[in-house]
Parts: sequence; C-alpha cells; structure tokens
Amino acid sequence: MRAALFLTCVNDAVYPSTGIATVRLLERLGVEVDFPEGQTCCGQPQYNTGYRREAQPLVRRTSRVFAGYDYVVTPSGSCAAMVRGHYPDLGGEAAAALAARTYELTEFLVDVVGVTDVGAYFPHTVTYHPSCHGLRMLGLGERPRKLLEAVRGLELRELPGADECCGFGGTFAIKNPDVSAAMGRDKVHNAAATGAEVLCGADNSCLLHIGGMLSRESGAPRAVHLAEILASTEEEPWS
Amino acid sequence: MSGTYLGMPAFPVAAREAVGNETLRANLRHATHTIRDKRAKAVAELADWDRLREAGKRIKDHTLRHLDRYLVQLEESVTAAGGVVHWAADAAEANHIVTELVKATGEREVVKVKSMATQEIGLNEALEAEGIAAYETDLAELIVQLGEDRPSHILVPAIHRNRGEIRDIFRDRMASWGRAAPDGLSDTPGELAEAARLHLREKFLRAKVGVSGANFMVAETGTLVVFESEGNGRMCLTLPETLISVVGVEKVVPGWRDLEVFLQTLPRSSTAERMNPYTSMWTGTHDTDGPSTFHLVLLDNGRTAALADEVGRQALRCIRCSACLNVCPVYERAGGHAYGSVYPGPIGAILSPQLRGTESEIDASLPYASSLCGACYEVCPVAIDIPEVLVHLRERVADRGGKGHRLEKAAMKAAGWVLDHPRVMAAGERAASRTRRLHPSKPPGAGAWTDARDLPELPAEPFRDWWRKNRANDIEDGGA
Repeated sequence: MRAALFLTCVNDAVYPSTGIATVRLLERLGVEVDFPEGQTCCGQPQYNTGYRREAQPLVRRTSRVFAGYDYVVTPSGSCAAMVRGHYPDLGGEAAAALAARTYELTEFLVDVVGVTDVGAYFPHTVTYHPSCHGLRMLGLGERPRKLLEAVRGLELRELPGADECCGFGGTFAIKNPDVSAAMGRDKVHNAAATGAEVLCGADNSCLLHIGGMLSRESGAPRAVHLAEILASTEEEPWS
Repeated sequence: MSGTYLGMPAFPVAAREAVGNETLRANLRHATHTIRDKRAKAVAELADWDRLREAGKRIKDHTLRHLDRYLVQLEESVTAAGGVVHWAADAAEANHIVTELVKATGEREVVKVKSMATQEIGLNEALEAEGIAAYETDLAELIVQLGEDRPSHILVPAIHRNRGEIRDIFRDRMASWGRAAPDGLSDTPGELAEAARLHLREKFLRAKVGVSGANFMVAETGTLVVFESEGNGRMCLTLPETLISVVGVEKVVPGWRDLEVFLQTLPRSSTAERMNPYTSMWTGTHDTDGPSTFHLVLLDNGRTAALADEVGRQALRCIRCSACLNVCPVYERAGGHAYGSVYPGPIGAILSPQLRGTESEIDASLPYASSLCGACYEVCPVAIDIPEVLVHLRERVADRGGKGHRLEKAAMKAAGWVLDHPRVMAAGERAASRTRRLHPSKPPGAGAWTDARDLPELPAEPFRDWWRKNRANDIEDGGA
C-alpha cells in the first residue's frame, strides 16, 4: 500500500518530529510513504479568516500535488477537515477528488490499514485532548482512544472537559487573545489535574497553543503528538 | 436594532473585561454547565432526535423559501379571526406602530411577556420616551429591568447574576417600581420568587394592555404561540383588554402540525424540559374570553436582507432556544454583554451582523468571536451551521477592508505567494531554523501570543530537509 504524507505547513516548519514519527509508524505497518515536495499549506488559515480568494491558489496547489495517490494521510485533524469539508466548494473537481482520498492519521490506521494495535511501547501516563475539528468535523470518535489503549506500557487518564475547545482556533488566538488564553488556561488546569506526564493530541496547531501554556506551569504534562507515541517502540523509544 | 448598543467597543475589548471578572466567570461557568448537562440528557432520551432536527430544519427552510406566500396567508387568517395586522419594515416603524396603539387606548402602562423582538427594536425605551411604562414580567427580565442592566443570555437574561446580587437588586429597587420587597428578604430561590410574584401580581391585575412576541405563528389558522415557564406570559396574554404582539417575519410556520416538531425540540434544547410548562396559543379575539383587541406587528428589521444571502439565511431558522450559548466556550468566558446585542453567543455572532450590517466596530468584530470549534452547530435543533456562516461573514468583513483588514489582506496575499512557491517557503524555513538560537523568546509584535504562552523552539531543520537526507531517492521538482 502506498500513501502520500500530507504533513501540513506547521508540522514541516515547527514539528518535523511528528512528520518523522508518522513516516516511521506507517513504514513499520508496511505502508510505502511518499512526501510530495510541492506541498505547502492547505489554505485553512486564509479560508477561516475570511480570505477565500487568497486560499484558492493553495487549494489548487494542494489538489495538484496530491493527485495520483490513492491515499493521502495527514497527522492533523484540522487540515484533514479543511480538505474534506471545504475543498469541494473551493477548488472544483480536483479538490473534490482529493477530499475523497484524504485521511486523518487515526482514520487511516483504523479504517484503511485496519489496525488498532500498532505495536507501540510508551511507558508513561497519558491524557488525550480530542481537538474540535477531528472530534466534530471528522467524527474521529473512539479511534484515537483505541489506538492509545493498545499501546504497551501506556496508562490513559481521563481528561476532564475533554471535548471543550482549547482556545487556539487559528487567528482566533491572535484576534481574541484574552478569551483564547482563558480557554487555554482551563484546558491546562484540567490536564494538570490528571497528573499525567503527557498531554497527547492529534493536532499540533492545538498543541502549539496548549504546549506553550503548559511549559509555563511547573509539574504540568508535556504536549506530545499522537503519532510520536504510536511510533515509539522498545527498540526505538520516543525521546 | 435598538440604538442602545451603538458605540459598543469591539468584541475582544469588551470580552477582556469579562474575562477578568472572577464572579462573572464563576456565575457563567456554573449556569452554562448545569444547563448544558441537563440538555444533553433530555436530548439523549429521544431516539429520533436527529430526525426531529432534520424536520425542524426543513420546515423552516421551506417556510423561508415561500415566506411571501405564508405571510400573506397569515395576515388573512389573523384578520379573519378578528385581529389587526401591521407591517413594520424596521425598528422605528414598529416602535411607532406600538406606541400609537398604546396611546389610542389611553393607558400609560403595559405588561410585557418576555420577547426578543421587542428588545431588538428597543420598544421599552421608545414607550418610555412617550411617557408609557413597560413592565417586564419574566423573572429574569424583571431582575435586568430593576437592575438597570442589560440582558446577557437569550433564555436566562440574568444569567450573569447570582442569588446574592438578585436579593440586593430586589431589596434596593422594587419599591421605586411598585410593591417593595418584603422585609428581611433572603437569597433563597423560594423567597426571591415569592417577592417577584407579589411585586408582579399588582401589575398583572391592573394592566389593560399586554405586549408580547411569539415563538411561532401558524399561517393556516392565524394562531400565535408563546412558550414560557413561569405563567407570567399566560397572565399577560389573557388578562389585559388589548394585546399587541411584535413578531419577526421568520417566526411563521405553514400549519398546525408543524408545531409537533418544535414542541419537542424547543423545550429540550432550551430549558432541558421534556414538555414546555406553559404553552399559550391564541387565534384572533373572542367575545367572552381574553383580550377583546389584538394587534400583530410583523417585523422585518433586516430579516429580508438576511434572507437574500444564500449562506447567511440559515440563521433565520433560529428558534431562540439558546443551546448554542450554553455550550459555547467563548460565551462562557466573555459573557453575553460583550456581544453588544440582545442576541449574544454564537447565534448572535451570525445574527447581529446580518440584521445590523457590518459597519460598526462591534458588528465587524462579531464574526471573529469564535474559535470555530463547532459545538454550537452540534447542538442546534434546527441544524444551523454557525461556523459556516461565521466564515462567510468574515469574508464580508474582510472584503470591506475596514480597520486592520487592509493590512491583514496584504499579509495574507504575501503569505499566499510564498506558500505557492515551495522553494521560497523552504528557504524561509531553513533560514528560520538556522538562526533559531538568535530569536528572542518574545519577538516584538507577538504580544497577543507570548503574553499567555511560550513560542515553540524551532527545530534544527524542517521536515522536508530530513526527508531529502533520509528518504528521497530522486530529488523531485518542488513544483515551484
């Protein structure tokens, strides 16, 4: 099985470790991974801020770059939701075709590869934050949890108020900094209350915001992308 | 809409104050989470909730598509049943009609059923300017009126107040409006409700004119419907000699049977009740029962303009249940007043800029008062895709190029160019990574971010460089 990695711009520039983990994980499961280098940004920041026209060249680029792959996999619920939810409206046939072939990482693992136990080892306490777009726009449901529960050594702790938004919201965090920070603080307090070592999410844009707050709290969990946990094995542990 | 809210600061400015108010935050958190949890339980009891939701959506969409026909049918039905129908294009016209109708009765006071439409047009203030006192009789609206406050929630307008604050308002303010609060009034719910009951009773028994809105109007029969929980509405709708109802044109439904859907979805979505406590329905006038004169004022006030917008028009499906407010993380922190409108929360953020336009600072900021988390859409009983409309309205604001948006547009265009040229983007990523040790932890201009959070440390190299070194067999053209 061959799949294209749709990494997203944030992961490329800021979180390459998530990309590397996704590649290792998929290859370990027998998936041949390609990274089309023409990919940049899906256009979500432009679109969500009200700049539909400015988003369109990026929609066309992304649709073109990933044409020809049966499976396009992304470790971002938010960018997957952008493609799935809005591309058909924004970019015509090619974009609609991409929307139908785009999978968020946990969807791809559970629905396409057909695994929940990916053979991972992660001896830490973990709490999971389901980001809004994955939760509500994609309907990821229990997939991330099932994957985490199958990780050896991992103890999953319930996050209070898990389905509440962390307050990132793209340009929302800049345009409404006080409300965004208030939402973030509540998320951070809930995460700290679990006593977990790691706050896991499947969207690094949310983790950029939550993690940036966690790092100011002593004894708070560390924010880690789900792909890095799933890529971790006894032979090659996460560091 | 009413002039009351003109000159309100933009949402982020108003919200900052609310976020810093610990009492308000605690009141809102407690109240919204309580209603939110109760609603979830009440909705989960119905196996056919999704179908009821879809039915409500379709009934509303159908009616809106044929609004011209159903409104004329409604006018004929109401007239045939003995009512008088008036058409008001805007708030000023509606206020003028109602004021003249009250003046014609010779009365100087009216009792009011809780009504969003009359708040939207600022009717109380318009009546007051003509020397007519309008008494709110809904308990929460009474608290707001006595406190010279503004409503902050559609269903529970005094949600920002706790029991102690309400006791103080009753004790200090009731005497100047009528019957004073009993001596030694405590803050127990029972005593507060009894004080309100005694205060309002003399107003109900004295009033000759009642003013209401309506939740629904049935075109085929000319019947108006009011949902309420306290019985004050029933008093206002039956005791006075004259009843004047001000209702938005989008409140019409074609037939009696359509109510079957909303009688199930509205109570569960709003108060989390299986059945609404007081559902009053009236059709015109009757010789021996209820008001002998009935006027219906049909209000446009921006609704037909919203109807003309293919994406925005779904906001007119709204049945004012408030479920979206109760699940909204932004509303919970910012409070209702920050929205600068009688319609706060997610629905207000898409309704106010459509009814009032996006010219004012507050209206231009409302479409951005959301993280687009989608909790509102999930609970909406008529399936209004609020995030979709928010993004659509952001386009409208950005297109106008008002305050800050010209610069933002230029930045978006520049970023768009870079992102459409992967080699330029990759060069930028590499330059940022190589100079990462030189970056200040709080770069100038990044305060909105770094005041509350750290910036991540950039990696030694972007992913695409790792890929080239470790995986890429042939260096493909980057497509630049």
